[in-house]
Amino acid sequence: MNLDLLVLALADGLSYAGLLFLVALGLTLIFGVMGILNVAHGSLYAFGGYTAASLSGIAIQWDPSTVLLLACLPAAAIVVGVILGAALEIGLLRRVQRGDAVVPLLITFAAFMIFEDLQKLLWGTSPYSAPEVVTRLGTIDVAGGTFNCYQLLLIPGVALAAYVLLEFFLKRTNLGKQVTAVTHNREVATALGINAKRIGLVTFVLGAVLGALGGALAAPTTSLLPGVGTDTIVLSFAVVATAGLGQITGALIAALLIGLARSVAVYMAPELEVVVPYLIMVIVLLVRPNGLFAIAQARKI
Amino acid sequence: MMMIRIGIAVAVAACLALGLAVPWIKTTVIVGVCYALAALGVTVLLRAGQISFGHAMYAIIAGYTVGFLARAFPQLDGLVLIFAGTLSSLLAGAVIGLFVVRYRGIFFGMLNLAISMVLYSLASKLFDITGGSDGLRITRPALLGYEFERAGFESAMLVLTLVCALVLGWWVQRYFKSAAGEALAGVKTNETRLEYLGLSTYRILWNGYVLSAGLVGLSGSLFAVVQGLVTPELGYWLRSGEFVFIAILGGASHVLGAFLGTFVFECVRLVAAAFLTGVWQMLLGITLIVVILTAPSGIAGLLRLHTIRVARQTA
Repeated sequence: MNLDLLVLALADGLSYAGLLFLVALGLTLIFGVMGILNVAHGSLYAFGGYTAASLSGIAIQWDPSTVLLLACLPAAAIVVGVILGAALEIGLLRRVQRGDAVVPLLITFAAFMIFEDLQKLLWGTSPYSAPEVVTRLGTIDVAGGTFNCYQLLLIPGVALAAYVLLEFFLKRTNLGKQVTAVTHNREVATALGINAKRIGLVTFVLGAVLGALGGALAAPTTSLLPGVGTDTIVLSFAVVATAGLGQITGALIAALLIGLARSVAVYMAPELEVVVPYLIMVIVLLVRPNGLFAIAQARKI
Repeated sequence: MMMIRIGIAVAVAACLALGLAVPWIKTTVIVGVCYALAALGVTVLLRAGQISFGHAMYAIIAGYTVGFLARAFPQLDGLVLIFAGTLSSLLAGAVIGLFVVRYRGIFFGMLNLAISMVLYSLASKLFDITGGSDGLRITRPALLGYEFERAGFESAMLVLTLVCALVLGWWVQRYFKSAAGEALAGVKTNETRLEYLGLSTYRILWNGYVLSAGLVGLSGSLFAVVQGLVTPELGYWLRSGEFVFIAILGGASHVLGAFLGTFVFECVRLVAAAFLTGVWQMLLGITLIVVILTAPSGIAGLLRLHTIRVARQTA
């Protein structure tokens, strides 16, 4: 493997890690606050992507400015995240909150099955994409290679911004502090007058928007096909598990690790591409059973 | 008890009679019983309160073992192939179990899903070894040395799968009622207590996991031999999801749950294939939610089929 190829792989990996991080961030945030692993998270990614592609497709007919075209992506994410996220939380998860731990897992799995078919009904099985934005943003020369700005700058930029904003939200704002309190101990937080139900909804919708944003940002550079939701949920679970469930900064590092390793694998041993993320996860879990950055928890009896 | 035995006898007789009388039902029944055996495997884990979203991987492991063996040694007997397939999934389950049994709940379910996704993608991508998405053809093997025509072969397989289902159903029900089986159910209710009793929950759950892997593996081997074809689809997550669906629908309180669940599942599938094409997963998802919210103990729970607990017998 020569140096040029390595640079190419790293650039690819960086944008891939950015997308992965956004999705994993949503997943880990929801788990941290509600103790639920949202299996339907992959569908939110897929819906975000498809909606973004459709929206840009409509916008292009009016010959819009680059800014407007770019705005389609977050707009799609917010629409999808708010509608589907709120529907899932209010319609289903709220009803089973108190049940045993496996029930929410099954419920979101059922929702995932429903979304998968819904997606095929709405968008069919032919590939969708929205490549116009990438050409509009042009290219940039780095380290002897030419890259498009969208992948090298915009995606990692958005991912980092999401991380910083979320950290700011959780640590500096009133609502964010309430979220942290509920994460820490739901009962005590409720006793202190925090509306845990509302916090649950806010977090779930926020997590859903992040998942959909990952998909929306992926739409310009990848072609969306049925099955993308499954790949996404499993892969983002690998990231979250490697980092330790509920660990936000950990997810950033794990996403980088897995994203870069995967794109190096794409160039070196393409048939092993799918295996690499899980190999990393299994190795990490063998050594640290709760993930790299998990904090030891007291055992409740 | 008597009612259950009569019910089972009638059901088996009906399967045999229908299968032998109406040729197209034959494979439907065989496939149905295969599904039930796999769902039974998932049910074993469900009793421990654990859900695996990737158990179809043991069907794919067994199926491809059968495929590879049949290609390398075409003269091998069908029963040997099925035995070898099941053995391979038992071994795989023993090794993978060492790792996944350390986890519960979310991790348990998702790690199984992740491993099954890897196997599925390898089976579809390593074209030179596995034949990619076209899969491997398995020429019809001899059974106990007899070479059958297609119809005769399918009849023999029908009898074989029914015998497997009866024997394993009886045996697994005995396991549920045994000390080891009760301990497995104890993993769901209170793990700490089990540990205080001096039992290793790791060991108990591992045993259950290997058993469940073997059941799904047997189902995969039978399926591969009957269909004469293994494709990566055999290990796709949707398959695992269907097994989970049947296990939840049937309920975990009795072995019959898996079989009753499969019966309903197959009926719904026949209707869906005729009238509702393209929304199969949606139908499964909606039914799953309805079952969880309204009848969490499944059909077996509704019919009040329970394993008799040791405590009640002595009381």
